[in-house]
Parts: sequence; C-alpha cells; structure tokens
Amino acid sequence: MSELKTETMTLNMGPQHPSTHGVFRLQLKVDGETIKEAIPVMGYLHRGSEKLAERFLYSQFIPYTDRLDYLNAMTNNYVYCAAIEDLLEWEVPERAEYLRVITMELNRIASHLVWWGTYLLDIGAMSPFLYAFRDRETILDRLNEISGARMTFNYHRIGGVKWDSPDGWIEKVQETVKELYENIQEFNVLVTGNEVFRARTIGVGRLSKEQVINWGLSGPIARGSGIAIDVRKTEPYSIYDRFDFEIPTEQEGDVFARYKVRIAEMFQSLRIIEQACEQIPEGDIITKKGKRLMMIKPPAGEVYRRAEASKGEIGVYAISNGKNKPYRIKLRRPSFVNVSILQHLLVGESIQNLVAIFGSLDVVLGEVDA
Amino acid sequence: MDYLIMVIYAVTVMGVLLGGVTFAILAERKVIGAIQLRPGPNRHGPWGLFQTIADVMKLLMKEDVIPAKADKPIFVLAPVLAFAPAFSVMAVLVYSSSIGGADINIGVIYFLGVSSITMLGVLMGGWSSNNKYALLGSIRGVAQMVSYELPLILSIIGIIILVGSLNITDIVNYQAEMGMWFIVPQFLAFVVYMISSIAELNRSPFDLPEAESELVAGFFTEYSGFRFAFFMLAEYTYAIAIAALATTLFLGGWLGPAFLPGIVWFLLKVCAVMFIWFWLTATLPRARVDQLMNFGWKVLIPLALLNIVVTAVIKVWMG
Repeated sequence: MSELKTETMTLNMGPQHPSTHGVFRLQLKVDGETIKEAIPVMGYLHRGSEKLAERFLYSQFIPYTDRLDYLNAMTNNYVYCAAIEDLLEWEVPERAEYLRVITMELNRIASHLVWWGTYLLDIGAMSPFLYAFRDRETILDRLNEISGARMTFNYHRIGGVKWDSPDGWIEKVQETVKELYENIQEFNVLVTGNEVFRARTIGVGRLSKEQVINWGLSGPIARGSGIAIDVRKTEPYSIYDRFDFEIPTEQEGDVFARYKVRIAEMFQSLRIIEQACEQIPEGDIITKKGKRLMMIKPPAGEVYRRAEASKGEIGVYAISNGKNKPYRIKLRRPSFVNVSILQHLLVGESIQNLVAIFGSLDVVLGEVDA
Repeated sequence: MDYLIMVIYAVTVMGVLLGGVTFAILAERKVIGAIQLRPGPNRHGPWGLFQTIADVMKLLMKEDVIPAKADKPIFVLAPVLAFAPAFSVMAVLVYSSSIGGADINIGVIYFLGVSSITMLGVLMGGWSSNNKYALLGSIRGVAQMVSYELPLILSIIGIIILVGSLNITDIVNYQAEMGMWFIVPQFLAFVVYMISSIAELNRSPFDLPEAESELVAGFFTEYSGFRFAFFMLAEYTYAIAIAALATTLFLGGWLGPAFLPGIVWFLLKVCAVMFIWFWLTATLPRARVDQLMNFGWKVLIPLALLNIVVTAVIKVWMG
C-alpha cells in the first residue's frame, strides 16, 4: 500500500475565539489535531500605556493602571503609587496601608475566582463559572462600596487611598471572608476531585524549574513548578511583613499544580484579610501633601518597585526629571512575560491540551498588550 | 385506509415529537439553570414556556447563509440527513400495549442500523462547510460515533440473548412475564448503554465534536438560521429516540402500576433518562479525545463483551 499523502493545516486561532480570553491570536500548524508549530500574535489591544504616562501628571496615570490587568486593578494601582512614593520619599499613613492590603487581597481572590471559572469553562464544565461569579460578585460589591467602581477602581492615591471605608465596611468584609471560606471549600469538593477534570489536567503542560527561571515566569506558574517566589514574602512591601501567611507551592509543574496553587492562594489571601481587619487602626488615609494632586513633583531620580499581582510579579520602573510629569514609566507586566513560554509549551500537544495549557497561564490581554 | 392511518400516525408522531423537542430544550435549560443557581429562561410566557418557540421563530426568520466556498448541495443536504434517520427510528418504537409503530420482528436491528446514518450528516456538514473548525469537529464526531456505536450495540445483545427475539413488543412482554425490568439482571449493560449513548449523542462530557471552547461550534460552525435549527432538532430527536430505546429495553417500556396509562409511564421514563443527561451536562468537564477513545475501546467494549458472555452462560445453564 502506498503512503497516504498528508499535509499540515494552518489554523488561525483567534483573535476572535472563545478560549483566547480576549483578542489574542495563535497561528497554529496542525497535523490532524497535533500542533506542530504555534506562533502567538499579540498587540490587538495595544494602547501605548507607557507612552501615555509621559503626557500626564503623576496622579493622572493611576486610572490607566486599572486597565492593564483589569481583573486585578488594585495591585496595579498600588505598585504605581508605591513607586512614585519611593521617588518622593513619602510615608503613607497606617490606615491607608491596611486599606490597601485589604483591597488588594480581596481583588486577588476575585481575580483567581475569574480564573477558576473561566478555566473550567475552557475545560468544558459550565457550572463552576456561575458559582465563581456568584462569589466574585460579593467581593466586587465590597470593593464597589469602598471605591465606587466594580473593576477599574482608581482607588489608591500617591500617599494613601482616595476614600475611607464606609461605616460598617470592615465588619461586612469579615462576613464576606467567612462566606468565602465555605464557598471556596465547596469549589474544592465539586471540582478538584473530579475524575474527568484530573484526567484533563494532571501531567499536562509540564514546566520544569529551569524553564521557569530561564523565561522569568512568576506568580502561581512559578510556584506550581516548585519555586517558592512571592514578592510579598521574599521582599515584603507595604505592611505584608506583619501578617502570618504561607506561600503555597507544588512540585509537579503541570496544569493541575498551578490549579492547586491558585486555590491555596485564595485561602492565604483570606487569612491576610482576616488579620488586617482585626489590626486596622483609626487615622488618616492620605498624607497632607498627597491631597494636592497637581503639586506632586518628585525630585529627579529613578526607582523600580515591584509587587505580587495575581498573575505574577508586576513592576514599575519610573524615571523623574524633576517636573510634574514622569520622564519615563516602564511596566513589567506579568502576563506578558508569562505568555512568552506558550509557543514552546504547545508543540506536540493537541488542540484540547492547548486550551487547557493556555488557560492555566492565566493571561489577561489588557496586560499582555498594555 | 391502511395508508391513511399510516400517514395520520406519522404526522401525529412528528407533531408530538416537535413539541417534545421544544420542551426538552426548555427542560434542559431549566434543569441546568437550577443546578447553576440561576432561573433559566423565564421571560416568554409563564415559567418561560414559550422560550424555545420564540427561538425557533427567530431562527426561521433569519437569512439563509451558505458560505461562498462551501460545497453547496452537500451543505444543504447535511442537516436533512442528520434529522431523517433520527426521526425514522421512531417508526418501530412501541409506546404502550396499544399505541405503536411498525411491529416488525427486527425492530432493534432496524433502530440501530438506521440511527447510525446520523453520522453521515455530521461528516457531510463538517466537510462541506469549508471551515477548519467544522472539519476538526466532524472528524472528532465521526471517530467518536463509530467507536461508541459498538459498545452501544454490544450492550443490547445480552437482552436479545435472554429474550430470543429482536421484536420490541416481545422484549417488553418478556419483562412483564419475568416480573422485573432488564435494568436489574442487565445492570452492567445498562451502564454501558447509558455511557455510550452520551457519546453517541455528543453530549457532555463527551461533547467533543461541538466543544465550544476549542472548536467554536464544531461541525455546525457555519450553519445558521433554519439549517442550524434542523441540526438542533436532529440532536434532540435522536436524544429522545435513544432515551425511548433505553426505556423499552431496560426500564420495561410502558410497564408500571395500573393507576396511570402505559403511555404516561413510558413518557415519564423517557424524561427520567433525559434528566440524567441534563444533569451530567451541568456537572462534568469535557474529556479529551485520546481519553475518550481509550475509554470506549479499552473499558466499555470489554465490559459489554463480558456481559454477553455472562448472560450467555447463565442462559444456557438455566436452560
């Protein structure tokens, strides 16, 4: 029998595809369903955030950081404000730091919940998505009450935060935390042990420690491969050194390990919020100078500030030349760095695994393209 | 006169079936909605009863789009070929001791033989659309349906050995004489039948041919308007047919306590079988192609064969 003539097919996955979570495109060369080559194409959401920063006053750039990783806007707010505070050498009031930590951790849980829901949607389970969004909704309600917005909070300010917490907000957060403990545990029961889910995720998309280090991956992806790196612990910023929490790590480096890390991280975030709610002092929420937004004029110099966002390590490199507008803002966006491994992870996998692997990287396109 | 009765019967079955499909879709959405903490459709009519009717109206009024590069005759034929066999199998089903279609002595064989033509519709639809996702979807679909047809058929053979007839009425009567439904002595076969029927129907967790997170909509990506409606109709008609066969073979057909007429028992059992599918749809993630194939060939078929051997030995031993 003569050999069958076969050829590879070029498949453009995206920019309009249900599983690319935004406008991301993958040029795939597939042989049947096996991927021979994968070329990520990005930039459909590019808005030139870094260049825009040079045209605005320091305080005017904060809303733009909301739109990087729109699922985790609080940390983006924070890292930018903290970088500028470093330039100014300002002290931030105690209460403001606590409010920052509570909002950041609430937002981290919300972000992980969105990941959890959409990831299972990618895998093909429809219900978890709605369960996750039920709980995310309560978190967004809390954040809405304090900041006035549901996703693009624009809450942190250089030198503090914009609003003090409304009456009874701290108690409400404590109640939410109790609810979340139960509900996230319920997610664990419903999904983590599911036979089909485990078959889909265990051993898929393995990343070795060396790969993680060489590609500069961070966040749950690095921790899923056994690297206990978390800026909150390794280089404590804000007031994270006051709280008792752990960095969950898994050794396997596969998709399931990343899943377990994220679930465990939600519980750790809840622990931090609990402690912060008990310790929070009364007092100012912003420094006197911080209220005069037009007058923020850091002395010439440069600074790099990093923080642990839900996707990984986010960094801001700011250069000031002594004027009231930044000379240069460079953003280290964790999603952008994390997605760079994708083309190497995908070769030899099937299209179904592609969805599972791409989803496990937890990429937000607003952050990839900036 | 005979022909007239035949036509009336066919039209009635068709009408009942269309109504059944309409409300099966609504029921699926309601059941899944309840599991997912949301109300499901509730805008059209009381309890959302007219939702599917509104959907069908919308689909019928849509523009009929045929992609420019599609293979037109095959593209047009595919939904019909998917629906026709799914409806034709209804001809041999017996709904109660007095209501039923053709009482032919190879009813089960006819059912299985005709229903496997559905696969052609899937293949033709995917192939002719000239769309890569549709092609991948139809490749998956055909591979899956061929692989799972075997355990489906093998799981029924145990019953045929016990009854010694392929006639559907005989099978139900045998269950009445035996005093129990085949789900008890043939439980293994029932499990195999249920699992492979899910794959045969492309339902979750084996909904690979139309996996929306991977292949957009699978083999009917390019279909819209009433052709899409036809595919949906075929899918649900086939689901009802398979559920009806399960009812007949394993759940005693129209048998049941006498306070309700036989046909009501029959329909209730069909609903119960379909509820299990809806439940699974809302619960499970999707399996992977290789896992699906492994499961079909390495687990289900050996189990079905084991069931046949055990049944045959018992039949001979009991005389």
